[in-house]
Amino acid sequence: MMDADVCLAVVSEDDVVAARQRGRALAEQVGMSASAQTMVATAISEISRNLVIYGGGGEMSLTIVADGARTGVQIVAADRGPGIADIDLAMSDGYSTGNSLGLGLPGARRLMDDFDLRSRPGEGTTVTMRKWLPES
Amino acid sequence: MRSWASVWSRRTPPLPWAVSPVAVPILRQGRLLVVSVPASATDQDLRGLLDDLAERVGATGASGVVIDVSGIDVLDSFATRLLETVGQVAHLRGAATVIVGIQPEVAQAMVQLGLTLDAVATALDLEDGIARLGQDTTRDERDDDDGR
Repeated sequence: MMDADVCLAVVSEDDVVAARQRGRALAEQVGMSASAQTMVATAISEISRNLVIYGGGGEMSLTIVADGARTGVQIVAADRGPGIADIDLAMSDGYSTGNSLGLGLPGARRLMDDFDLRSRPGEGTTVTMRKWLPES
Repeated sequence: MRSWASVWSRRTPPLPWAVSPVAVPILRQGRLLVVSVPASATDQDLRGLLDDLAERVGATGASGVVIDVSGIDVLDSFATRLLETVGQVAHLRGAATVIVGIQPEVAQAMVQLGLTLDAVATALDLEDGIARLGQDTTRDERDDDDGR
């Protein structure tokens, strides 16, 4: 596990804002466009809200990652909350952000390039997502 | 025709554990309420804005509300649902709402999140938003004439 560039506790609404600002800064540092920075910040905002609202608070790490020639930003968000009983349902667009019950997960996945969700009822949830800088 | 603006803002008492909240100022222009949401607005500020607008629409008899979000860099599901709620509440109180100034990158991210803001009107900028609300008012007056 690589050392994270930024580690945050995400427990309150203010932490959601802090997390997305740090994410935007990291995306900018890596050289992402304004729209890519906003996508990273928005995905972080959605996942952070899940941590606060459903996860009982959690932690988020932000890391600059490299994969061969390309560079990107990796976000890992983890909580010890109740977990997601039906991951397929949570990831379907029937549970999309537009629905007030939605977790914003399919939306966050569309905003990012890589997206991984691990969850077990009673064991919490971990979301790992990455956005890559397009190779020039 | 004279136009004038007055500034009204309500200070919320500072909470001991929070960064001191900044009430979002609501400007009045004729029968319209105009709000410019600052980039620093917190979730709490937005909730306060919803409460303030719900009250001010009735107190001023406003026919329209323009909300300028050009300073906002992320509109996530929470903020978007709140804006839709403002529109719905204003509608119940007899006012139309227009959201203006959604930045291009923000609009792209919202589409990926499936946030289309169908329930509220949008316009490109403040001028377009105010003009649009003016047109709606004109249409209502014409309907009154036809109804006679």
